[in-house]
Amino acid sequence: MNWRAIRAIIRKDLKQVMQNKMVWLPMILVPAIILIIVPVAMVAMATFVPAEELDVEDLGSLTQLMPAFMSDPLNDLSLAQQFVVLASNYMFAPMFLIVPLMVASILAADSVAGEKERRTLEALLYTPITDTELFLSKVLAAFLPALVIGVASFAISAIAINLAGYQIMGRIFFPVVTWWPLVFWLGPAVSMVGLGATVLISSKAKTFMQAQQFSGVLVLPIVFLMMAQISGLFFLGVGLILALGLLMWLIGLGLVWVGAKTFARGEIIARI
Amino acid sequence: MQAVIVAEGLTRHFGDHLAVNQLNLQVASGEVFGFLGPNGAGKTTTVRLLNGVLSAGGGSARVLGHDVATDGPEIRRHTGVLTETPSLYEALTARENLLFFGDLYGLPESELPRRADALLEEFGLADRADDRVGTYSKGMHQRLAIARALLHSPELIFLDEPTSGLDPAAARMVRDTIQKLSQAEGRTVFLCTHNLAEAQALCSRVGVIDHGVLQAVGTPQELASSLWHELSVEIDLHGEPSAAVRETLSRLPGVSGQSLEKGKLVLTLASEEAIPTVVAAIASAGGRIFSVLPREHTLEEIYFRIQGNGETGGAA
Repeated sequence: MNWRAIRAIIRKDLKQVMQNKMVWLPMILVPAIILIIVPVAMVAMATFVPAEELDVEDLGSLTQLMPAFMSDPLNDLSLAQQFVVLASNYMFAPMFLIVPLMVASILAADSVAGEKERRTLEALLYTPITDTELFLSKVLAAFLPALVIGVASFAISAIAINLAGYQIMGRIFFPVVTWWPLVFWLGPAVSMVGLGATVLISSKAKTFMQAQQFSGVLVLPIVFLMMAQISGLFFLGVGLILALGLLMWLIGLGLVWVGAKTFARGEIIARI
Repeated sequence: MQAVIVAEGLTRHFGDHLAVNQLNLQVASGEVFGFLGPNGAGKTTTVRLLNGVLSAGGGSARVLGHDVATDGPEIRRHTGVLTETPSLYEALTARENLLFFGDLYGLPESELPRRADALLEEFGLADRADDRVGTYSKGMHQRLAIARALLHSPELIFLDEPTSGLDPAAARMVRDTIQKLSQAEGRTVFLCTHNLAEAQALCSRVGVIDHGVLQAVGTPQELASSLWHELSVEIDLHGEPSAAVRETLSRLPGVSGQSLEKGKLVLTLASEEAIPTVVAAIASAGGRIFSVLPREHTLEEIYFRIQGNGETGGAA
């Protein structure tokens, strides 16, 4: 395996992304909105809105549906504190998954379909790099930044949420234990699904936008997870996250495997 | 001379379309081989097949001793390709483009920056080396793309329309580079073009392809002698020939036609052997000869004759 060439392609892809506002702007804005602005606003609401005006009835019915591992720690808390803990730790937790999914999909679309659209792929195909090495570089160029951006935005989010809620909570309250498998197991697995699907679509799509539009559909299951968690249909505990993660890894790696099998320069160049 | 390209019955379909059909071709080391044909004739597909980028549907080919079907990466390590579109990263600088491709070709890391600088200097891009390629003119794009094709000092260089869209000065610079690569450095150049004047100036041998079929291959002289069985000679008599000269020539066996073009007598002869007889006959009829030049057919005439004839045996 020619690791120097693989590193060079990853570096080049990232350098190009940095030069393209259309690509990097959503990768900053979406995590900022989902992981910082929305949860901080929710936490701040508990600070500034009197407890009796928070929608306590709904909160009560939701906590009754919760499994013990989620509802027990809420027992000794005031209503405002309960709201802060629930809003920050549980209600929007599935939304986190949008970040690694979106980053991996955007980068994979830019890296494969974008390269075709900019008509730079042909010169790359004339180099000695093998199909497997080229495919691996494209996968890593999307997966590694998705991993880093996912973890980094989670870390920034944790600091912002704790700062925003410190006045009410008087201690560090975020994250609870479910976040660890969410960020480090299910998140990367979802990235893998996103990039696997996008790479498959990208080798057929002619432009970055086409590839992006197709992969946008992948967000829907995440929205479903969030709705389920808010409505009390089911709750994402550690066990469920681990199981979902395993399923996503299998699907993601399966898609990548199919992608690798069908990623042949002869097929790609014939479509340029 | 050792053959660096040997193709036998090389064939490739795209659906029902036969892009390259039963191509038999040999290109010798160190020659500039012109691959001529109209757009869509199969030139680019042939280059892709010979670099192992596209797999053949039939036949076989060896490039630099390697099988194109199985040794694509090894072949591409020793070939440089200028594609029809420059295929450069517009968001990166010229230097970044070269360093990136240097990594892909596995150039020693300690030598790569020096090699990139030397090429940027050679192609007149040194002062813009750190500007984004997106800000370059068409000529600069093309020069950088050629520099990239030469980055790893390939033994065999494929150039697809290298001077297309360039201004005369840039085109000349590219032609000089091709000549230098072949004559001074002994590299083999496979030049795809429909610029016939350029092919005439640069190529030692040419192949003409149309609808995926190689119509003819050989040196321009070989192709001309296979296409025309008569010879034209231009004779300078410093004016029109006298009636006696015309009369003598009209009775001479081996002379099938005479005309006057731009003040010079142009004779159509059966073969070269007729030239001494013609010269003696003109002199004996009182004509004063200042020069006798056999007229060579231009590559353009050869090309259109082949295109007009369709299937021509060629001199391969």
